[in-house]
Amino acid sequence: MVSTGLPTALTQHQRRPIKGISPKTWIIALAVLAVALVAAFMLIDLRGNIGYILPRRAIKVGSMILVAYAVGVSTVLFQTVTSNRILTPSIMGFDALYMLIQTGLTFAIGGQALLTMGAPVRFVIEVALMVAFSFLLYRWLFTGGGKSLHLMLLVGIVFGTMFRGISSLLQRLIDPSEFIILQDLFFASFNNVDGLLLAVSALAVAAVSTLAWRMRHQLDVLSLGRETAINLGVDHKRAVISVLIICSVLVAVSTALVGPITFFGLLVASLAYQLCSHFRHTSVLAIAVLLGIIALVGGQLVLEQVFAFDTALSIVIEFVGGIVFIALLLKGKVK
Amino acid sequence: MASSTMTLSTPAVSGRVAPARPRGSGGQLAVAGAAVIALAIASMFVGVSDVSLPALLAGDQTAWDIFWISRMPRTISVVLAGMAMSVAGLIMQLMARNKFVEPSTVGTVESASLGILVVTVAVPGASLLAKMSTATVFAAAGTALFLLVLRRIPLRNTLLVPLVGIMLGGVIAAVTTFFAYRYDLLQTLNSWMIGDFSGVLRGRYELLWIVAVLTLVGYLCADRFTMAGMGQEFSTNLGLNYKRVMTLGLIIVSLISAVVVVNIGSIPFLGLIVPNLVSIIFGDNVRRAVPWVAVFGAGFVLICDIIGRTIRFPYEIPVGVIVSAIGSAMFLYLLLRKRERRG
Repeated sequence: MVSTGLPTALTQHQRRPIKGISPKTWIIALAVLAVALVAAFMLIDLRGNIGYILPRRAIKVGSMILVAYAVGVSTVLFQTVTSNRILTPSIMGFDALYMLIQTGLTFAIGGQALLTMGAPVRFVIEVALMVAFSFLLYRWLFTGGGKSLHLMLLVGIVFGTMFRGISSLLQRLIDPSEFIILQDLFFASFNNVDGLLLAVSALAVAAVSTLAWRMRHQLDVLSLGRETAINLGVDHKRAVISVLIICSVLVAVSTALVGPITFFGLLVASLAYQLCSHFRHTSVLAIAVLLGIIALVGGQLVLEQVFAFDTALSIVIEFVGGIVFIALLLKGKVK
Repeated sequence: MASSTMTLSTPAVSGRVAPARPRGSGGQLAVAGAAVIALAIASMFVGVSDVSLPALLAGDQTAWDIFWISRMPRTISVVLAGMAMSVAGLIMQLMARNKFVEPSTVGTVESASLGILVVTVAVPGASLLAKMSTATVFAAAGTALFLLVLRRIPLRNTLLVPLVGIMLGGVIAAVTTFFAYRYDLLQTLNSWMIGDFSGVLRGRYELLWIVAVLTLVGYLCADRFTMAGMGQEFSTNLGLNYKRVMTLGLIIVSLISAVVVVNIGSIPFLGLIVPNLVSIIFGDNVRRAVPWVAVFGAGFVLICDIIGRTIRFPYEIPVGVIVSAIGSAMFLYLLLRKRERRG
């Protein structure tokens, strides 16, 4: 009962691309919009101590771009190797794993020790642990025999619940004063990103991106499905494992940087597939990343300027993403 | 699709011939019931303030006061909530004809909390009863929405059903979080969402007796829910008023969830784990399963509550946290057990 979600999705999809607009046009249009939004975000309401405000805004925008990139790329790649249009690393319990690792570290060595350790060291440890754990988990889930996509999804979500349950259990066992330190790390927020960490993250993302870039043609073949890819001479297992590592690094970096955002990847990836009339990864990836930047920067701009909210963006994404997810399930995109 | 026939209903000993005498006889049930009563009695002597048997026997007034005001109500509410949530899960499973649904995986619990939030914001001084009625209406609406969505699911895939339910719950929870965030009620919301018996005192838990009545009604109507689950046409052929039975089930499940959420908070996975364990051990005769589900549910929550009170003595860990850690692990086991067997 190997589920072959992609070929169906492919044919289904090719019946209704948005006619007349080539991916290249989309990329240019979206890029213009993204740049305009970034400029607006940097410049609107720019008063007071500009030398203080501008760098802070730059870091905020930088982290949003990085997250949009990491989430967009990791989701598309993950969906390619798992042959589905609905799983994302985050839905597979990744954000909960992040919280569990944070909590576990605090529990094991104490919040004070964690703080005195210094942000970069902590960051590296977290990312390393997350990459290791998530890689083992995905490998176990996706290389077992007789896998049904629904089972994997459910298992991923329940894993997430379990991680969350164990974290909150540990949190209750931790000293209350240390818990306060920990609590700050849980909500996705672009407001207090550290400049140094942003640079470190950008380096890590750039490193795995070169790997992904070198695989771009292989990825197009992989999206034809396992059997076809093997017939066409791709070392399937090795390729899948490389992609899973890339995804783990990307998601770990973005989660460690700003905190968990569950549905974001699903949103941008589904939309990118709708807009893109062919399936070359370079186009899909570019569109997904640009959509991500537009959604994050634009969303944050609207929330801050129009509604005077601060961190509610992740909640809005959760809401819209959840509805899109249900719609995709009901449409039968996963069979 | 093969997966549409996959259910958990196959008993653990599927290869063997069914025993001539049904398992889970009255005698065994009595023994299990006695074990739960013993657990309940033990749970009354766990806690920070000193309530020991000698003190009670010696007629120590403080000890008796604590016993009547705090310990006894707490244990009773643990038993009631455990029984009711488990039976609600079973009813839900019969109505949806799916072994993987329960009030916290189809959005019932999330809708109930949205209801409490709405009434808290709109009428800040609302009575407990008003909160509970609003929560019930919301819970019923949320569950009905799920059942509507359920009809549209292609092939009624076993695993797709809970998946849609969990996501629906997630969307409702996001709405709740959004407004709780706006009205600065996030912390209050968290305390609703995590089941906790530490606030139970005499005079503040009695509404939970409602769920005892509902559980009894659920027991009496269990067979009808099974029939209704087979679909409108089938059940009408058997002479059943389909709409009325479905409405009754909806009301029972919503009311139980609402009362438990308002008084205790949510206890996730309980209604999922307990009926499935009972079905693995005793098979699928629903009428006979209900008492077992009730007994197991009460026992499970009692054990979790005792763990929560002793693991970090003298502090207390809410029962919802313990249940979600253990419950999700058991749910995973139930999901993957099949996979291993299929190879």
